[in-house]
Amino acid sequence: MALTDVYNYYRRMEDEQVILSFKGEFSAELLTSILHIMESKMLELSIPMQMKKRVFNVLVECFQNLYHHIDKDYSDIPMDATKNSALVMVKYVDNKIMVLTGNYIPKRSTNDLKQKLVLVNELDEKELRELYQQRLLNNSVSRKGTAGLGIIDIARKSKNELGYEFVEVNDDYSFFCLSIVIE
Amino acid sequence: MEKLHIEGSAKTPSVNFDGQVGILEMRGRSIPENSIEFFQPLMDWIEAYGAEPTEETRVDMKLEYFNTSSSKCILDLFKRLEKINNGESQVLINWFYETDDEDMQEAGEDYAAIVDLKFEIQEIDEI
Repeated sequence: MALTDVYNYYRRMEDEQVILSFKGEFSAELLTSILHIMESKMLELSIPMQMKKRVFNVLVECFQNLYHHIDKDYSDIPMDATKNSALVMVKYVDNKIMVLTGNYIPKRSTNDLKQKLVLVNELDEKELRELYQQRLLNNSVSRKGTAGLGIIDIARKSKNELGYEFVEVNDDYSFFCLSIVIE
Repeated sequence: MEKLHIEGSAKTPSVNFDGQVGILEMRGRSIPENSIEFFQPLMDWIEAYGAEPTEETRVDMKLEYFNTSSSKCILDLFKRLEKINNGESQVLINWFYETDDEDMQEAGEDYAAIVDLKFEIQEIDEI
């Protein structure tokens, strides 16, 4: 990257109205820091209380999905250091907050995830609420405490269709991109 | 019985369980990575309290927001309280939500729908 690219990179972020961007390894401490930064950003932007909480909720679920996922043992598939890292970006456009995440995911997990996304995108608010209640009652909590409710909760808080894409990387991995709009 | 007091943090609510007066309060946000770890002492306390509860048990839930893994633990907590409610103590859940926070209002209503306890869902200015 030429040094002038730093400016180009900056301009690009500016044009895209990116208010926060992080690439790297996800951790619990990082989530705390990002929530902290978002708290003051949203205060500056005079974001209403309900929307603020929804943004927090979505960020928390995204993060916890990401690092619980990263923690999983995929030792049977070749993996270099970059596969552990992910991207999170927050944009503020037309009074809406957009959360974008990107992370590597083993190809064998993509179908399962895709099915969940297709399902939540088909349901309306009432149906999502019913599904949430149902899963809350029936799902057992996994060892790490994830209840499988994350995506349903993200869809409920977003109230918009979730955008997603799986970009093929190699035989073992895809790159999963998710976009969540919060109004 | 010993009171249970846990200071709130950036990711966990403050907890004040007082077995003498039968008032159990949680306040703040609940977004720990490992919810089971955080909630276990609360479950254990309720278990012990269940052996000798006061006539009335009041639970004040004043949560700003919580993650999905906490939602499961909160349900488990209510399930434990259901057992105490079985004649030994009258359990009331006061579920508070901040003005205009329809998400937390809905969350309270969701629990009220699936838990066999008396719920009062109340709006307050600030948590």
